[in-house]
Amino acid sequence: MTQTTAPATGSPSPAPPAHQKDGRTAQRPLAIRLLARPEVGVFLGAVAVYVFFLIAAPPVRDGSSMANILYQSSTIGIMALPVAMLMIGGEFDLSAGVAVITSALTAAMICYQLSMNVWVGVVVALLVSLAVGFLNGWMVVKTGLPSFLITLGTFLILQGVNLAVTKLVTTNVATDDISDMDGFGQAKKVFASSFDVGGVQVKITIVYWLVFAAIATWVLLRTKYGNWVFAVGGNKESARAVGVPVTFTKISLFMLVGFGAWFVGMHQLFTFNTVQSGEGVGQELIYISAAVIGGCLLTGGAGSAIGPVFGAFMFGMVQQGIVYAGWNPDWFKAFLGVMLLGAVLINLWVQRTATRR
Amino acid sequence: MDRSSHARSRRIVPVAAVAAAAALLVAGCSSSSGGKQSEESGSAASAGKAGTPRMTVAMITHAVPGDTFWDTIRKGAEAAAAKDNVKLVYSSDPNAGNQANLVQNAIDQKVDGIAVTLAKPDAMKDVVAKAKAAGIPIVGFNGGVDDWKSQGLLSYFGQDETVAGEAIGRKLSALGAKNAVCVIQEQGHVALEARCAGVKKGFTGKTQILYVNGADMPALKSTITAKLTQDKTIDEVVTLGAPYALTAVQSIADAGSKAKLATFDLNKDLVKAVQNGSIQFAVDQQPYLQGYLSVDSLWLYKTNGNYSGGSEEPVLTGPAFVDKTNVDTIATFAAKGTR
Repeated sequence: MTQTTAPATGSPSPAPPAHQKDGRTAQRPLAIRLLARPEVGVFLGAVAVYVFFLIAAPPVRDGSSMANILYQSSTIGIMALPVAMLMIGGEFDLSAGVAVITSALTAAMICYQLSMNVWVGVVVALLVSLAVGFLNGWMVVKTGLPSFLITLGTFLILQGVNLAVTKLVTTNVATDDISDMDGFGQAKKVFASSFDVGGVQVKITIVYWLVFAAIATWVLLRTKYGNWVFAVGGNKESARAVGVPVTFTKISLFMLVGFGAWFVGMHQLFTFNTVQSGEGVGQELIYISAAVIGGCLLTGGAGSAIGPVFGAFMFGMVQQGIVYAGWNPDWFKAFLGVMLLGAVLINLWVQRTATRR
Repeated sequence: MDRSSHARSRRIVPVAAVAAAAALLVAGCSSSSGGKQSEESGSAASAGKAGTPRMTVAMITHAVPGDTFWDTIRKGAEAAAAKDNVKLVYSSDPNAGNQANLVQNAIDQKVDGIAVTLAKPDAMKDVVAKAKAAGIPIVGFNGGVDDWKSQGLLSYFGQDETVAGEAIGRKLSALGAKNAVCVIQEQGHVALEARCAGVKKGFTGKTQILYVNGADMPALKSTITAKLTQDKTIDEVVTLGAPYALTAVQSIADAGSKAKLATFDLNKDLVKAVQNGSIQFAVDQQPYLQGYLSVDSLWLYKTNGNYSGGSEEPVLTGPAFVDKTNVDTIATFAAKGTR
């Protein structure tokens, strides 16, 4: 027997004193523990980008500019939230970008073609969006295929249906203007109004964005459902083994993305009065980027709801900041890429430093 | 009986849902203003039908699907096809390689004529030569004003983007603008860059270029607002498509700017904006006419041996200015989606 260090079973070993640490549960300094949270890296990245543009682009210091940047961030951010939750739940939705347009097209066509109060269109669009989410989730759960494939399919289907149905119904590829119809004013108040804060016009989507983020954070961290989301994203089989309703959780997450698509779709419809059926392509990648920059893993099981808020903010900040700075527009996309990559690297570095033992 | 009452209640649910929906319909959910009911019903332009033998024309464009501009081109082509007893096969792909494949496909189908856009002329060169070798008459439209002749196309219908841009630039100078921003919704698009370059050439003031994301309207709106905030001296915004112009109207309001707005291209909502003065003027390259003439010229060539433009000069369809002075005449046609 060469066993030398392990205590023999049954041999009475003195109980370790309560205050003595074995190294595994060592309390690391608060700052480091904070940094290890998934959203802190992106928070610092966002702060860095913000400070950078405060210096580089004087107009950014103005309140109304900030409102404008936050507005664009919010239209990305509202969708990035459910997309992030879905990613925490271990799935992916490539149809999220065109689904926004599907919802807006549905609402516009239903109320215009049937000459109905616009609220009828709004409600039908919600049902359609939830149904698309349900179908995505149901097919993913039932087939066990990667959601990448399933939602790539829905992405293409929706893209085609958006165009073909719009053309069939309206004989144009854009919907008709519904701004003079009953209920439009009310719906615009709900989805696309703005209010005055100290002389600055603030778009209501910013409020929704932050409220939704707060609700999503609460759900993820404080409710049973939140635990289910992390569990199904971490390991589906063990989650199922301990009694997590995997099917329900995944389908509901896809439907949540549908809800987000509906919400942003309604905002677009009531801001711009009409919708072109070809829009929205490519937006899904921006939502996913915002979630990933915000610390959601592509593999699922980890992430937060507050991270994507900063992710979306960073997107809006960089995109508009370049314009506020008045830089040579030929470099626009390159600037955007460099800034985002830089922010993600800061994020990564912070995480690595913080989680190093 | 438990079971039967269950079954009944299950039957009741859909019935109730339908009843509720019907009640909703009747009980004042309908809109008293707007909507299809109030839409003017005008019939599209129609000039009877030719008795010539049926021929097939393939129209192959570089359009991104779902864009109102290309829809108008297609409507023009369909109107001409209906009149000329032509079977129109329409296809499009924004990727130049794919578009070339579509032309090859038309050649394989042995169509009687091809109308093609040469947005990326070099990529189309080989396949255009093949079509000619196969004896298929081929006309160009919309894109490729510099290349149609060297590639041996029969005719060309469209506007010269640089010429149109210059015309806008000159008009802006005449209207007293000093600092214009030209908004490009797709970075690196040859025709769009040419338009802004044209504006710069014709305009005596300062011209800046701004790139925006055409697939994301809220982002587009924010970006134009940002630009107007960054440079308060901008007094003219030039957009390169109708939907972008309508969004830019909101950006100008958001930025609290006094800038005026001029745009390329037209649609029915834009006509209203010109009427109410929120858009100063639009330059129309008449996409309906481009589509119509492309098909019609192939029919004329086949039935009467005509060469539109004499195969020497392009047939220009624009720039036609639409402003307060002539917008009312155009409004009735735009309402049908043909202008």
